[in-house]
Amino acid sequence: MEALGGILKETWHFYRRTLLLVLKGNRAYYAWCLSLLAITIIGFLFYLKQHDQGLIATKMTDQVSWGLYIANFTYLVGMAAAAVLLVIPSYIYQFKPIKEIVVLGELFAASSIVMAILFVMVDLGRLDRFWHMIPFIGSMNFPQSLLAWDVVVLNGYLFLNLLIPFYLLVKFYYRQEPNWRFILPFILLSVPWAVAIHTVTAFLYNGLAARPFWNSSILAPRFLASAFCSGPAIILIIFQIIRRVSLIKIEDHALFKIAELMAYAMFVILYLLTAEIYKEYYSDTVHLAPFRYLFEGLHGHHYLVAWIWSAMAMNVVAFFIFLVPKTRRRLSTLNLGCVLIIIGVWIEKGPGFVIPGFIPDPLGEIYEYVPNLVELMVSFGIWAAGFLMFTLLLKVAIPIETGAFSHVTYMEGVFRREEEDQAWRIDRPIK
Amino acid sequence: MKDRNWTRREFLRKASLAALAGSSLPLLSSCTKEEVEDFLQKRFVEMTPEEKTRVIAKLEKRYEQRYGKKFQISTQEAPPDTVWGYGLELSRCIGCRRCVYACVKENNNSRHDPQLQWIRVLRLKRGNLINLEDSEHFYDPDLVPEPGFLYLPVQCQQCENPPCVKVCPVHATWKEPDGIVVVDYNWCIGCRYCIAACPYKGRVFNWADPNIPKEEVNPAVHYLGNRPRMKCAVDKCTFCIQRVRQGRYPACVEACPTGTRKFGNLLDPNSEIRYIIDRKRVFRLKEDLNTESKFYYFFES
Repeated sequence: MEALGGILKETWHFYRRTLLLVLKGNRAYYAWCLSLLAITIIGFLFYLKQHDQGLIATKMTDQVSWGLYIANFTYLVGMAAAAVLLVIPSYIYQFKPIKEIVVLGELFAASSIVMAILFVMVDLGRLDRFWHMIPFIGSMNFPQSLLAWDVVVLNGYLFLNLLIPFYLLVKFYYRQEPNWRFILPFILLSVPWAVAIHTVTAFLYNGLAARPFWNSSILAPRFLASAFCSGPAIILIIFQIIRRVSLIKIEDHALFKIAELMAYAMFVILYLLTAEIYKEYYSDTVHLAPFRYLFEGLHGHHYLVAWIWSAMAMNVVAFFIFLVPKTRRRLSTLNLGCVLIIIGVWIEKGPGFVIPGFIPDPLGEIYEYVPNLVELMVSFGIWAAGFLMFTLLLKVAIPIETGAFSHVTYMEGVFRREEEDQAWRIDRPIK
Repeated sequence: MKDRNWTRREFLRKASLAALAGSSLPLLSSCTKEEVEDFLQKRFVEMTPEEKTRVIAKLEKRYEQRYGKKFQISTQEAPPDTVWGYGLELSRCIGCRRCVYACVKENNNSRHDPQLQWIRVLRLKRGNLINLEDSEHFYDPDLVPEPGFLYLPVQCQQCENPPCVKVCPVHATWKEPDGIVVVDYNWCIGCRYCIAACPYKGRVFNWADPNIPKEEVNPAVHYLGNRPRMKCAVDKCTFCIQRVRQGRYPACVEACPTGTRKFGNLLDPNSEIRYIIDRKRVFRLKEDLNTESKFYYFFES
């Protein structure tokens, strides 16, 4: 009974400390969080407008029926791959420097998945009917619809990427060795599961014979390769920020190891892209039209051309930065490479992938889609919400990892209070 | 065994719905009873006859309030031994688009913001039929037909193997026994995956609440067909399910001034459509996609 009371007391203490940790910070922290919160609220207000009017508030039409939202969704599913790239070397090969930061990578993956799910939700016309998709309650078309598969794998991945870091953090908090027989199966499962979320998302487009741009068997491997680049790129930058603003130690060595893995992935991306472009251009069938829209413009419509060529340039430059050991191991060039990859892959895997699938449409009509203010603001809002979530998670996770926030510090506090208490009792009769 | 599974599933669903309703009680109590009913409305094919009657009565009342007309909402089921097929004689079509507007009127489509049409007539240069990339959708001459062109009307092809049904994540669309692909507008979540999957642009989306002029609204409707739709649900051609199940022709067939359009029961050897398939040279659009469409184009033999 007493033990239970102790645990309850400590749990209460834990939540209060968490809240305090989240609420207290320096000026930069407040500025960062409050601006993210402001962007989120603005995005939400724009979403309310869209919800009220219907999706007519966006620039999507029957011709281009998915736009910026689904583009961001596709990209973010890729971002979530960051975790697996860290998990494989750190747990399986016991690579020490990465092991310390893998928890942060997994929290990042969880935040990415939350953003991805939010992007699907704002794209749904009838959010009020979302429950139709819940298994057993609604009427999920499983296993026929790949969208049903995506709901299953994305939520499963979110669960794994919350369970693993939370479990490890609680163990860190108590300074206990994690029960590996319990948690290791989940960690190992998260590796194929990360591959699954990208594969299923690729298959979602891949299986549509009506859209030749997507109906190419090389699509899933291309997805995987780009996921292995864009996620780690943003993680490399985040880790450098973390080690600057907190006590957590992340060695350069760990960053360079990730960068090396990214160089291989970059090569695969460019190789697969070349294979795809060769096939389409050399065979030169009617299915070339979406590629021509993307790379050269079609019948006087060339909105995406400048975008895709900038993306191509960024990806190639980044590849060479990561390939050459000298530039890879210098933080300034490494960061340049990361930024180039983040933007380059976003263009290529986001708008550059979703929009040409609809242009020209199956009956040959060309509607040139450019997102409007509502879509931009709602998208910014979701990105801000995701980064806010990640920031708050880190604000608690980092002190636990460094030991500043732990069971020991709590017990010390209790012990000191008891000691003072007793000292007071002992002292009293003497006085 | 099967029975037991079903009851367990039913139980799970009912329990979960109860939990859902219970947990959102504070939210729901701010809604009217009708809104709650709408929210919890079941998929059409899973409703009992009593539930169907109740929903129909509710909708009839709502439509009357909105459009000032007494509606007749049919739930008539597919006639036995019937699979509908459509024939379209390309050599006769003059591209006048009368079918397009007859369809919009008959089927209560939104007239503007968004303007939704289920039939799209493409103008093609003679000498080309398969590559639709050079087709003109917005031709606007003073007089049709124009020399040097032919016209290709396209609408939902009512595939036997419909890609749109396969991809729907919630079973909101299905193929009826008479071969018509229908949508339960009250169950569609508006993800638009079916639009991406359709190779014929057979589906349109209600990007906003449909705008139908009161005086033009058609009150003779079918639940799975031309009843007025709602914001952010998908809809499509149903071969005028409200007409053909009562033995009438689809509105586009009736409206065509040149007799281009033919319609009938594919299972009846004496039907018009069977006559055409047996004696003319027919083809179907994008046969290479294996959709097994039931929309046959043909030329004078």
